[in-house]
Amino acid sequence: MSEGTLYDKVWDRHKVTELPTGQDQLFVGLHLVHEVTSPQAFGMLKERDQEVAFPERTHATVDHIVPTGNRDRPYRDEAAESMMAELEENVRGSGIDFSDPDSGDQGIVHVIGPEQGLTQPGMTIVCGDSHTSTHGAFGALAFGIGTSQIRDVLATGCVAMEKQKVRRIEVTGELGEGVTAKDIILTIIGKLGTDGGVGHVYEYAGEAIEKLGMEGRMSICNMSIEGGARAGYVNPDETTYQWLKETDAFADDPEKFERLKPYWESVRTDEDAEYDDVVTIDGSAIEPTVTWGTTPGQTAGITEPIPDPEDLPEEDRDTARRAQKHMRVEPGDTMEGYDIDVAFLGSCTNARLKDLREAAAFVEGREVADDVRAMVVPGSQRVRDAAEAEGLDEIFKEAGFDWREPGCSMCLGMNDDQLVGDEASASSSNRNFVGRQGSKDGRTVLMSPIMVAAAAVTGEVTDVREMEEVATV
Amino acid sequence: MSSPEFSAGEAPAEKVTEVTGTGIPVRGNDIDTDQIIPARFMKVVTFDGLGQFAFFDQRFDDEDNEKDHPFNEEKYRGANVLVVNANFGCGSSREHAPQALMRWGIDAVVGESFAEIFAGNCLALGIPTVTADQEAIEALQDYVEANPDADVDIDVAEETITYDDTVIDATVHDAQRKALVEGVWDTTALMGANAEAVRETARSLPYVPDEHVPEPAAGDGA
Repeated sequence: MSEGTLYDKVWDRHKVTELPTGQDQLFVGLHLVHEVTSPQAFGMLKERDQEVAFPERTHATVDHIVPTGNRDRPYRDEAAESMMAELEENVRGSGIDFSDPDSGDQGIVHVIGPEQGLTQPGMTIVCGDSHTSTHGAFGALAFGIGTSQIRDVLATGCVAMEKQKVRRIEVTGELGEGVTAKDIILTIIGKLGTDGGVGHVYEYAGEAIEKLGMEGRMSICNMSIEGGARAGYVNPDETTYQWLKETDAFADDPEKFERLKPYWESVRTDEDAEYDDVVTIDGSAIEPTVTWGTTPGQTAGITEPIPDPEDLPEEDRDTARRAQKHMRVEPGDTMEGYDIDVAFLGSCTNARLKDLREAAAFVEGREVADDVRAMVVPGSQRVRDAAEAEGLDEIFKEAGFDWREPGCSMCLGMNDDQLVGDEASASSSNRNFVGRQGSKDGRTVLMSPIMVAAAAVTGEVTDVREMEEVATV
Repeated sequence: MSSPEFSAGEAPAEKVTEVTGTGIPVRGNDIDTDQIIPARFMKVVTFDGLGQFAFFDQRFDDEDNEKDHPFNEEKYRGANVLVVNANFGCGSSREHAPQALMRWGIDAVVGESFAEIFAGNCLALGIPTVTADQEAIEALQDYVEANPDADVDIDVAEETITYDDTVIDATVHDAQRKALVEGVWDTTALMGANAEAVRETARSLPYVPDEHVPEPAAGDGA
């Protein structure tokens, strides 16, 4: 049993009582809502004649189905329009704030929470979305829930949960050139497996994590769920506080910042905290990392060979064989030189301003390869506006990228942004499952934003370190 | 058991102590929820009708011709015990996945291991997710394949799976077992009864302004 970790402390502060099931009833400090997983929950609430218990602790946006091209209402896709209309009715009828496309604040739910300062340390945060783990980057306890649990939260302001184990993942040393937070998390999942974190919360720590900005920490916490851990977090520190100071929540209210800071400090993991286990990873040994298969755990450093399924643990062989057949890769080869048709820079993992800056710095003065369809989908309207103010859109467009409106887009292909046939995509998103990007024969290679930029330019998976003038931002 | 129906103001508290029926095997580790229900079928505002789309891309090719998949096989029609391997239900938190399985006819899932959010979503629907070791699960998959008309009996309280002459020593997670066996898996009703304690917890948190904590409503549980 862990003791004295941020997880233990935040849990205790939010525990209402123990339920007859043995689960704890936890108060939810922030409930984020989007259009795909919430309509049925609002429906169940109506059937029970109940109201939203804590509308001011709830915030909505639209991201999964929203078009990233023409956004005139009604949306051309009738199903998307009806989901949007349903969300509008549900949130407006309940007094829930809605970052809709007219507000200028719309975006992917895990981008807008942090940028508006809704996400704060020491909170419990839930959303009907598995990538809610993103918000753990701020030292919040944040996790994805299902639709019936959304109903619970809407009706009672609480979730029923069992306490989990805490694993500290310490990433030591300094990252090499061209290596980013995305490479760290792909490496972690590759080492611990897609189910290695089941029953655990991950505390990310160590020199390599502490040196990351908030964007990098978010990329790492975001993909905790791909390693089976429902939540992951980083203890809040000066980097966290600097970000918070500039958000809507505190920019005009320094007094509020000072008032809450002692609470944030109080939930930091104690120096003598106890963990259920500790894993150490040498950050200086991490290479730019990509996936070769169809789970986010099937990863290799860019110079490393794709493994032979026969050399893997018995339980992983069958999945690896099927993955290699789908991806059309051979054991012993590296992923370098793997032809791609699409370059997708977007998603809740990697579509923040820093991601776009890094990719743009690489792309500037270069051109997208002739046979590659390349797109940038900023994480939010604010990210898009800020990027345009810096001229990043021009850099991308000049190089041949399509510059689009914010949303989840080709991460999961719920709008028109989809792979076609057996297209291969270099993607900064989080899942390479078969069919994930909209075509069941499509092939996804996950990688960092600068690796996506490099692949877009060369038309194949490329070691960004081999390209001249690697700019770092 | 039957699928839970929610009616106005009434909390379902059906006890799920046992599930009996014929089995259907779906083999493979790491079967994610995108495979169980592809995202394009989630462009809906109710869960109705999702059953027909379960495992859709594994079951049909581009021309909608049936492919080899247990969910297409006549012999498994009417099965209600799904038998899977390791890390089933990983990936997206979509409750659409267990909803699609339930609406196809699945009342219980037996496997080597389950992704957490998936197992939680199943519990919210009263569907047990029962685990056993790899050898036992593979033997059960072989058995239901050879005997699609034979009953498999899951005893949630006793944590056993029984078929033919075999009794598997299985595991049902503690809280899940308690919730199902005692019929307390409707967490909305359970937690709604503690409204005053919830307000107290909310007021104790420095980041929650007082005005965000609602006044007690008439009939609130205290």
